[in-house]
Amino acid sequence: MRVVLAEDLFLLRDGLVRMLQAYDFEIAAAVESGPELTKALAELNPDVAVVDVRLPPSHTDEGLQCALAARRERPGLPVLVLSQHVEQLYARELLADGTGGVGYLLKDRVFDADQFIDAVRRVAAGGTAMDPTVIKELLSRRAADPPLGGLTPRELEVLGLMAQGRSNAAIAAELVVTERAIAKHTSNIFAKLGLPVSDDDNRRVLAVLAYLDRGAA
Amino acid sequence: MGTRVRSAAVAGLRGLVLAVAGLAGSIALFVLSVLSIAFVVLGVGALTTPWVLGLVRHWANWRRVVAAEWCGVRIPATYRPFPDDLRGGVVGQAERCRLMLADPATWRDLRWLPVDMTAGFVTALLPAALIVYPLEGYALAAGLWRVFTDGTYVGWWYGFVPVSGQGTALLAALLGTALLATGLFVAPALLRVHFLLTRSVIAPADGELAERVRVLTETRRDAVDTSAAELRRIERDLHDGAQARLVAMGMDLGTIEALIEKDPARAKEMVARARRSSAEALTELRDLVRGIHPPVLAERGLGDAVRALALRLPVATEVEVAVELAGRPQAPVEAAAYFAAGEALANAVKHAGADRIWVDIAHIDGMLRISVTDDGKGGAAVAPGGGLAGIERRLGTFDGVLAVSSPAGGPTMVTMEIPCVLS
Repeated sequence: MRVVLAEDLFLLRDGLVRMLQAYDFEIAAAVESGPELTKALAELNPDVAVVDVRLPPSHTDEGLQCALAARRERPGLPVLVLSQHVEQLYARELLADGTGGVGYLLKDRVFDADQFIDAVRRVAAGGTAMDPTVIKELLSRRAADPPLGGLTPRELEVLGLMAQGRSNAAIAAELVVTERAIAKHTSNIFAKLGLPVSDDDNRRVLAVLAYLDRGAA
Repeated sequence: MGTRVRSAAVAGLRGLVLAVAGLAGSIALFVLSVLSIAFVVLGVGALTTPWVLGLVRHWANWRRVVAAEWCGVRIPATYRPFPDDLRGGVVGQAERCRLMLADPATWRDLRWLPVDMTAGFVTALLPAALIVYPLEGYALAAGLWRVFTDGTYVGWWYGFVPVSGQGTALLAALLGTALLATGLFVAPALLRVHFLLTRSVIAPADGELAERVRVLTETRRDAVDTSAAELRRIERDLHDGAQARLVAMGMDLGTIEALIEKDPARAKEMVARARRSSAEALTELRDLVRGIHPPVLAERGLGDAVRALALRLPVATEVEVAVELAGRPQAPVEAAAYFAAGEALANAVKHAGADRIWVDIAHIDGMLRISVTDDGKGGAAVAPGGGLAGIERRLGTFDGVLAVSSPAGGPTMVTMEIPCVLS
């Protein structure tokens, strides 16, 4: 799997390259600025891009803007955005086009190499990987609303993991229950939220996020 | 013509009020002040003087208010403020006495009292007399002259007209008409002269400048205090938080080095602990950065930073953010505006119990204007030590102002304005 990597700090870029190579990814390019990233994405047509939000020359949200622009050029281009901090505002912008293949994670997530690589693979396959902190904020905000208030604590927990982009199998492993139990929870959740059941991981995350989004500014 | 008559009549009436009240008030206060200050040497005066001088200030402030309202004459008040940590009781009162007597504004007030009861009295009485005195002329012509004379001798002087019969009484009415005509034209101007006289005595020659310097000194002190406190907080947070965790991590790594061959299971456990410590250190650093300069503010500017803030509010309050900015203000102004808006939002969520909040950000006529409106229960006020007072201080550094409209029962509207240019 070919990866384009954009990170301006040498130490982190080097670490990410090593880690991805250790998990048998092919590094198509490892760049350090916005213009270089745009060029690499256009020319190398990678399977997935791993991008730092803040990149030179502007040192603002250049990485995010480049990724969004590249996805407008090529809808569904898998992009995993890494950041020193996560903001719902940015998560919404990434999810807005609804084509999937996006991820938005705190940089700390690379500490757990297995989970991080899992997230990269999920995004490359067209799924989503949202940072738990974004999802936690979303859920705690909306939990007071009537339809979500109808969920049991366990169902809320499952919804949270589902919103991060996890599959039923992964959720079952995380909560140490059977996959069948999770399938039952998810169908309950969809019923309570009035969402049509779908077995597409990506669509169900988008559906959940769209629901959570409803009514918020 | 109607408005001229009206304004002349109003000026006359006001002159009368000023003359009568001014004479009585200024004499009474002057006597009280002189006695009180004289008794300072005996000790008793130190207790009464602040009280008496306080009355004098109220008296002068009333004049400042009517001067601005009646004639548009602005008289700046330049009293030195008392320090915040003034003690109560007898000691505090003596200290207050000393501070008031050391204030040049006090002595200007005291000098003004005798001026007000003499020249001030005359200048206030003149417009009144020009309007009222002609009435006597008409009354004489209408038959009042008979009370003073039977027509054979001069019974009464009206101005320079000796009234001795109906003929001269008519002359008095003629003079009255002339006076009234004059009064119609000059009464408002004369009242203005009275206030100009007041201003020339109680306002320092460089009044507005001195006031400006005082405000700037105060806001600079606030800014220095705030930034010093902020630095201390950052230093403490780094020292107790991230720094300590990194040290602990280093120690753990040292232990791991020693254990890795002897006891791999334990070493593995410690690696996990070191990893947790590094994650926690990162979280702490992140929170610290957010408190100093929020990342979204640095990356996107005020509008999106406030939007992101609204999304992070812990409760399900609906927040609408409307932004009309053609550029970005200077970084310090932007940060102050952001934190002020954040405080106002937090207030609305915490205290108002609002369901909806509207935030409007715009740049109009060289002013960055942010208004935070909620449909909560209202009753918010700028109280010392409160959150709104904190906003006021923060904005004050940039010559910004805060206005709060919050009737009990709501809604609450907090408006902040900071003069700035966008780039």
